[in-house]
Amino acid sequence: MNMYSEKVMDHFKNPRNVGELKDADGVGTVGNPICGDVMTIYIKVKDNIISDVKFKTFGCAAAIATSSIMTEIAKGKTLEEAEKITKADVASNLDGLPPQKMHCSNLSSDALHLAIENYRKTKEKK
Amino acid sequence: MIYLDNAATTQISDDVIKAMVPYFSEKFGNPSSIYSFGSNVNKVIEESRNIIAQIIGANPKEIIFTSGGTESNNLAIIGIAQEIHKKDSKKNHIITTKIEHPSVLNTFKHLESIGFSVDYLDVDSDGVVDVEQLKDLVTENTIFVSVMHANNEIGTIEPIEKIGSFLASLKHRVYFHVDAVQTYTKVPIDVKKANIDLLSISSHKIHGPKGVGALFVKKGVSLKPLMFGGPQERSMRPGTENVSGILGFSKASEIAFKDMEKNNKHMISLRNKLIDSIEKNISDVILNGAKGDMRLSNNVNISFKYVEGESLLLYLEMEDIFVSTASACSSKKLEPSHVLLAIGRPHEFAHGAIRFTLSKYTTTEEISKLLDILPPIVKKLRDMSSIDKDTDMTKFKETDEHV
Repeated sequence: MNMYSEKVMDHFKNPRNVGELKDADGVGTVGNPICGDVMTIYIKVKDNIISDVKFKTFGCAAAIATSSIMTEIAKGKTLEEAEKITKADVASNLDGLPPQKMHCSNLSSDALHLAIENYRKTKEKK
Repeated sequence: MIYLDNAATTQISDDVIKAMVPYFSEKFGNPSSIYSFGSNVNKVIEESRNIIAQIIGANPKEIIFTSGGTESNNLAIIGIAQEIHKKDSKKNHIITTKIEHPSVLNTFKHLESIGFSVDYLDVDSDGVVDVEQLKDLVTENTIFVSVMHANNEIGTIEPIEKIGSFLASLKHRVYFHVDAVQTYTKVPIDVKKANIDLLSISSHKIHGPKGVGALFVKKGVSLKPLMFGGPQERSMRPGTENVSGILGFSKASEIAFKDMEKNNKHMISLRNKLIDSIEKNISDVILNGAKGDMRLSNNVNISFKYVEGESLLLYLEMEDIFVSTASACSSKKLEPSHVLLAIGRPHEFAHGAIRFTLSKYTTTEEISKLLDILPPIVKKLRDMSSIDKDTDMTKFKETDEHV
């Protein structure tokens, strides 16, 4: 077995909610191809609740698994609840991540928070 | 299992194991002992030395057995630098390339940290060392130059004969070290013809055991040893010899040298099939390293754009196929391969590089299976990827930092 938990490998092998949301209410992209990880999270918001989430990720197994689990954690949460999701929450939902992956590849909470910020800004403009 | 990581290590062949076994059990004597139970073992070491010396065109006395490629490189580099600097303190300049194995690069960095002046030669987009730049950099204070015979990541074969003859033509003595770990018994080596003073080779890359290697030290060249002890290996590498390892190494050398042409032909045909089929069937790929005769017979290194190497490697592992990646995400330092950056690959393509290295045991069926499995895996990862050919990479390049 490699350095990843079974849960990480499950989400890496069968990622949930892959793709784009064409009519997304908020989009957040974090990372950098120079570092090797770029993820984009798309959200649909209905009555202050995240009704749908999808992701696209360029990166290692940890980057893909953290994106996938994030979509499961965030779905159905209020925006305020979703804003409180941390990197540690994401990692513990995957039964942990190797230490070197904790910061560089565990970016999905940042991407989600950016998507929420993007949603709020767009809403203000309207 | 389809094992395509033979540049990392190889399977020991059965003949080699068979030859080694008696030296763990009934023939356990110490080669330094005077009685025949020990001195008979010493004969085996001397026969092994003979076999290896012949393969590289050396005299048996010029072969020092070590624990492997890393030790050979350390002994050569630190040994010659300190020996010459001790005799003439003005001499403090050493030269290597940007694409060496870590056991050379980090040894140079160590010497740099204790005051030696170091130059790292550039390579072109194929990974070939800039010999003209070397000619400009060599001074009267240059102690030695170290250039690998072929690169372990991208398989480019370096013009060592050209470098050797340039160094030999100089009025002042500049020593020449070659790390031949990847080429030994794959590319013919003649240490005299190539004007080599020091040459590192290793056993476990050629279907021999791990933990044994050798350093060729040209007659008349003296090195400051790294270790001190008994008179073994002319005191340059003291300590009771790794008898079974040395015997395994020489047996593996003998077999590989005898079959060199046959094995190369086999591996080149599979190598070319792999490269051609990937280039034909998968879009947006780049071959890293030189083509044709300038490429190691068993090396294929390809960047699959818009996917990350570790992900590709792990999907292949699920299919029981073992390859390697120089992707940053696979390493603890989070930097992509120094070799791929030196040949000018952008970071995002360096991350998607996969190295497939073949051996004499690799079969046509195995390569065909890989070629069936690979395209859908690349497609799955690309469908998942947040970057593609339309992504504006320049928007990322302003910040060269980890988030």
